[in-house]
Amino acid sequence: MDRKKYVIKQISIFSENRPGRLASVAHALGEERINILAFSIAEASGFGVIRALVDHPEKAFEKLSSLGFNVAFTEVIAVQMKDQPGGLYEIAKILGDAGINIEYSYAYSGKKAAVLILRVDQVEEAIDKVLASGATLLEYSVFH
Amino acid sequence: MQYWDPRIEEMPVEDLRKTQYKLLKSLVCRLYSFSSFYHDRMKEQKVHPDDIKKLSDIRKLPFMFKRDLRDNYPNRIFTASQEELVRYHVSSGTTGKPTVVGYTQRDLDLWTTSLARGLTSFGLGRGDVIQVSYGYGLFTGGLGMHYGAERIGATVLPTSVGNTERQLELMQDLDVTAIACTPSYLLHIGEVAEKMGIDIKKDTRLRTGILGAEPWTENMRARIENWLGIKAYDIYGTSELSGPMFTECSEQNGFHIWSDIAYVEIVDPKTGEPLDTGEKGELTITMLQKEALPMIRYRIGDVSSIEDEVCPCGRTSPRIKRIQGRVDDMLIIRGINVFPSQVEYTLMSIPEIGEHFQIVVERSGALDDMLVRVELTKESFSDKINDLMRIRQNVEHRLRNTLNVAVDVELVEPGSLPRFEGKSKKVIDKRVL
Repeated sequence: MDRKKYVIKQISIFSENRPGRLASVAHALGEERINILAFSIAEASGFGVIRALVDHPEKAFEKLSSLGFNVAFTEVIAVQMKDQPGGLYEIAKILGDAGINIEYSYAYSGKKAAVLILRVDQVEEAIDKVLASGATLLEYSVFH
Repeated sequence: MQYWDPRIEEMPVEDLRKTQYKLLKSLVCRLYSFSSFYHDRMKEQKVHPDDIKKLSDIRKLPFMFKRDLRDNYPNRIFTASQEELVRYHVSSGTTGKPTVVGYTQRDLDLWTTSLARGLTSFGLGRGDVIQVSYGYGLFTGGLGMHYGAERIGATVLPTSVGNTERQLELMQDLDVTAIACTPSYLLHIGEVAEKMGIDIKKDTRLRTGILGAEPWTENMRARIENWLGIKAYDIYGTSELSGPMFTECSEQNGFHIWSDIAYVEIVDPKTGEPLDTGEKGELTITMLQKEALPMIRYRIGDVSSIEDEVCPCGRTSPRIKRIQGRVDDMLIIRGINVFPSQVEYTLMSIPEIGEHFQIVVERSGALDDMLVRVELTKESFSDKINDLMRIRQNVEHRLRNTLNVAVDVELVEPGSLPRFEGKSKKVIDKRVL
């Protein structure tokens, strides 16, 4: 099975925790006509990490790097959830039962369905388990 | 008027100078004969013990700097063997290596005597309970004050630093009359007391503060004295000289530098030329009787001036004015000396962060807070917050180990810290004293 098609390139950006940092990231991406499909901010004291799924990750990486940002690619998977009560539980239970740890996740409610972006400790295992359960994984081509 | 050592303290100035000359001459002869370090230094300077014919000939002798101690780490310029040493103290150096000071029993006695004179001049003695809230350990403050206070027959309460609530409880229960600590820590104690509903003026017997190890001002003195209802005396020293050892007297107008213990000069920090009485310059001290680690014309880096009019208190030794700054970029954080070069040295050995840094010092409440801002390198950026936190904690830990003072570290974006050409201004000191 080609698991690779389910592995999505997320960009992660190191950001100091001060006013205007998100604006400069967003402005740079906008200038390059890069669309942000999903994003989240994780915060620690004094700094944060902006995580985003964009339509052109390579271009975003280059642009932000050229502006001096610390940028990295991170592999995540995207699971389609039922946009109804219990939707998140179904997915979380599959991974929990399989002993796969969710390092972090964020979600968006799309036009067709709700989508859960997951960073897990065992990517391939997670792909297998989610597919085996009958749930839908989004392929990277949906995003990029 | 009380004196510990009236013979020395009131000795006519001329006699003091004669004493100083004798001590200097024998010191120079001893070092020229028994110390290869001093011997070589004097040869380089083309000066021989025979050239020291009067006290002012001290100007012919070479200077010593902190780097001499660093370059000869740990004990290569000691002039006493380990068998003769009874104690070590260790302070931070300017870079990676700390500075080690060794003491013979006689060195400790002189240090203690110097403090006994000072404490007596504050009116302290057998009826007093002195709480020593300087750190005990490698730092000279705690043990130095401890022995000084015991020498005058006072009762010592060796609380060291920290656990302020307990310090206040003991201060009340044991009728403490004097406290030795940094001025900022005393302000902190005052703040904690207020929160606990303790009025130091009414609820304790505290009447004297022996405050030093960091710069402070007349404004702070007035604030402390009015707020806490005590007399606040300044005390001066540095580990290379032994530790805290020279104090003000009842006049609260300058530190008496006991002439039988030390010879004081003020020199131009750039040229090394001795300056006239009253002129501001770099404090330079020769310890006339130290055995284990003699210091000759030691350039301390503190800025002050000499007052040699005989003090109204009757003590004839010259005074130096309150320290007015540094000739270098040394910082004092919670009583601990910190050089930006130490920070730089430590950061260089941590691959996850870049070479640029910025130090921000602030006073939160009464105490100093030091923040070091460092740039996270591109290679070490991880998407995981935990990894980043670990990097930050590692930097904090390493800095704390080198500097002996707690430091907050902030990770910033690469390229975001200001770059300076030439002598960089890497320190932002926001403290208002």
